Amino acid sequence: MRPLGSVHDIPVGEGRAYAVDGEMVAVFRLRDGSLRATSAVCPHKGGPLADGQIDLRQVVCPLHLNAWDLTTGCSLSGQPEVTVYPVRLDGDQILLGE
Amino acid sequence: MKQRLVVVGNGMAGARTVEEILARGGDFAITMFGDEPYGNYNRIMLSNLLAGVEDEAGIFLNDLSWYADNGITLHAGTRIERIDRFAKTVYTADGTPTPYDKLIIATGSSAWVPPIKGIRLPGRGYHQGVFVFRTLDDTRAMIRYAREHERAVVIGGGLLGLEAARGLQNHLDHVTLLHAASHLMNAQLNERAGKTLQRIVEQKLGIEVVVDATTTEILGRHAVTGVRLSDGRVIACDVVVVAAGIRPNSQVAADSGLVVERGIVVDDQMRVQDEDDIYAVGECAQHRGQVYGLVAPLWEQAKVLADHLTGADPDAAYHGSRVATKLKVAGVDVASMGLQLPEREDDELLEFAEPGKGVYSNVVIRDGRLVGATLVGDTRKAAFLMQAFDLGLPLPEERAELLFDLGGPPAEVSPAEMADDAQVCNCNGVSKGTICATVTAGCKTVGGVMDKTRAGKGCGTCRPLVQRIVGWATGGEVEEDPAASWYVPGVPMPKPELMAAIRRHELKSVSAVFATLVPGGTEDAKSKMGLASLLKMMWGDEYIDERDARFINDRVHANIQRDGTFSVVPQMKGGVTTPAQLRRIAEVAEKHDVPMVKLTGGQRIDLLGVPKEKLPQIWADLDMPSGYAYAKSFRTVKTCVGSDFCRFGVGDSTALGIALEERYQGIEGPGKMKLAVTGCPRNCAEAYVKDIGVVAIDGAKWEIYVGGAAGAHVRKGDLLATVSSAAEVVQLTGRFLQYYRENGNWLERTYAFVPRVGIDKIRAIVVDDAQAIAADLDAAMDAAIAAYRDPWRERTDPVTPGQFRTSLPLTVLPRVPVRA
Repeated sequence: MRPLGSVHDIPVGEGRAYAVDGEMVAVFRLRDGSLRATSAVCPHKGGPLADGQIDLRQVVCPLHLNAWDLTTGCSLSGQPEVTVYPVRLDGDQILLGE
Repeated sequence: MKQRLVVVGNGMAGARTVEEILARGGDFAITMFGDEPYGNYNRIMLSNLLAGVEDEAGIFLNDLSWYADNGITLHAGTRIERIDRFAKTVYTADGTPTPYDKLIIATGSSAWVPPIKGIRLPGRGYHQGVFVFRTLDDTRAMIRYAREHERAVVIGGGLLGLEAARGLQNHLDHVTLLHAASHLMNAQLNERAGKTLQRIVEQKLGIEVVVDATTTEILGRHAVTGVRLSDGRVIACDVVVVAAGIRPNSQVAADSGLVVERGIVVDDQMRVQDEDDIYAVGECAQHRGQVYGLVAPLWEQAKVLADHLTGADPDAAYHGSRVATKLKVAGVDVASMGLQLPEREDDELLEFAEPGKGVYSNVVIRDGRLVGATLVGDTRKAAFLMQAFDLGLPLPEERAELLFDLGGPPAEVSPAEMADDAQVCNCNGVSKGTICATVTAGCKTVGGVMDKTRAGKGCGTCRPLVQRIVGWATGGEVEEDPAASWYVPGVPMPKPELMAAIRRHELKSVSAVFATLVPGGTEDAKSKMGLASLLKMMWGDEYIDERDARFINDRVHANIQRDGTFSVVPQMKGGVTTPAQLRRIAEVAEKHDVPMVKLTGGQRIDLLGVPKEKLPQIWADLDMPSGYAYAKSFRTVKTCVGSDFCRFGVGDSTALGIALEERYQGIEGPGKMKLAVTGCPRNCAEAYVKDIGVVAIDGAKWEIYVGGAAGAHVRKGDLLATVSSAAEVVQLTGRFLQYYRENGNWLERTYAFVPRVGIDKIRAIVVDDAQAIAADLDAAMDAAIAAYRDPWRERTDPVTPGQFRTSLPLTVLPRVPVRA
């Protein structure tokens, strides 16, 4: 379990990237208040997923508009899946991992 | 017990029908009789065999093992002499009976030989130097004989005769083609087309052609020495090939009491007239008065008969074929369909002939539909014409587009003719096969297929083709894509309805639109950007700007690049700069190790490879306004040097371009808006191919073109108006842009918008104020301009936490090479 800082560092409906143990993780703050975390690197061509647009279900990579399910990591556009990480809130602190 | 199916005829029609029956799981005990002692071969390929480009093994469709593997009893080299319709039995020449439950007659046709003196020797069949061109044995004999001789005459200038003549050239030196009619291929081609073909055949192939030539006698007692024509001319030769036509093989049927006219008369199920269990297919059958001699109708007949016999489709019916052919006749491309020439007074005819080049083409149009077309020498347009002819498609207003590419969108390709591995989407590398497989897997909407395969999701040029392939792959049963008319995929409304609802409910933020107008209130990431643009346009200052609704480019006012860095393009109005400005850009590039400095197509300077976190500092150091090279917005105005310096300039294009950019900078819209002003019709600023292009013309006037493009799609703009002052140009530009902003679909560039709405309607509204909305359009544009604020001012005060934080924290950017 790793604290990543305050949830207020992430604007509502956007994502921000964090370096965690040599991995890059994108954490998204959904408009319903919940969090999701995926690998920050798009499996297609390495695009920055934290810069992607999201809704309650998916993140869309800004480079080629491929989409992934934020909860399962499954691609919605025929790409390899993306790693997803458990993430939750403790007060206003973001906690990554089990 | 299985039903006994007997097929008389083992040619292309018989074998294809059996294949179709097997493909439908038809459960019959099948017996086939073939006159020729072989399996089943492709008769069309005999020309290739004669020409030496194919060997015998290559022309077989099914060898003898195929029959064994499918449990078919084949009697090759066995002719059926009689059918007993009452005892339901067929008899071979030696009297062997074979009983049937269902009988298919597919006896094809044989060569027709005109009555010519000396063509047959009494009691010995054909004269030894005379050949017909119909079977594999004919072809073998002809090749053997021709090799040892020198001069051949081919009688018959139709398709088969031309092929024979061309093939014979492979085996001997001199070939003369005799044709009884006044021009070659007179069954398919009109006189001009036939004469064009003759010219190619004579000049390019070196075959001597004699038309109006009726052969009356074969000369030579033991060996052929020549032929005599009706006008007395004698043409010396030692080989004669007769290819004067074919006649259906219907004698056995007629002898057995079946109804035979020109062929065996069948109904729409290919059932022989007055018979319950006897069918006929292929060249021996006569359907609705037509006997076909080409392969395409035969395929259609075989399918219908198989559907009918197996019960796969009890309603299967053959309605006749519209014969359209595209062939290489003796190496010359020929396509023909329908009428050769107009037949009624109000039929339209377009005709193009360039005999020197061996090109002829025509189309015949009746009531707006294609009823005939002929192409000789150049058949690039054949695919579209055949489709238009078959399906009765609407034809382009500009009729010449039927015969020529006029710089419009690329010629229509028929999906049926495309190879499976043909690449359809060149941006995302999607093949026809992938699209078809997606359809087969159950996705039957165009949008669904595009989402799954990403075809058409790049530059979009291939979308019409994707649409046609999906249509073809579904067999015309494309499911209506309800989302196709929506402004964005996540809100079920077209733009006018959506705008009305937004106004009615006073929805001023993207989240409010989702919450109010989408059932269940579900937001959609892919719809946010389009909604943000629309709301900003509609509400101006009142728009509630939720930053997550913006695409990354609009969040950080720069264009994201492949490695996650950004490009920075400062404004350079009208493409005019100064030494001081250049010096500052150079200093900034140097200070920040900008990996690439590039001149853009829009006459600005691009600093590429800038990491996100450096953007605010670079903007501060530049201290120049944003050039908007990242948004769906007004981008740039290219200009030429105009009247200030140019010897030819007739208008001050530079000043006008700067004025336009000054006024409309950063205005957002459904798509990019790229402009140009050029000082004379030489068009150095490329104004004819811009969303709005202004051209100075002599007499102190300006022409305004709209809807031009020179990207993936190339289109010259339509002339909106010619005006006499720069002020009018500025005003009409704003009014047109506002009309486009309010009515263009999301991501619909002006090159699509203008033809969709129609330039006449746009001119009526924008220039002539036919709907009395000009003042409203002007006022809306004025408000948008008043709300403008240079986004690069956000540098000192980020709007959101971490607005410029890196999104790839462990990757060292840029990852592009730095150019020296």
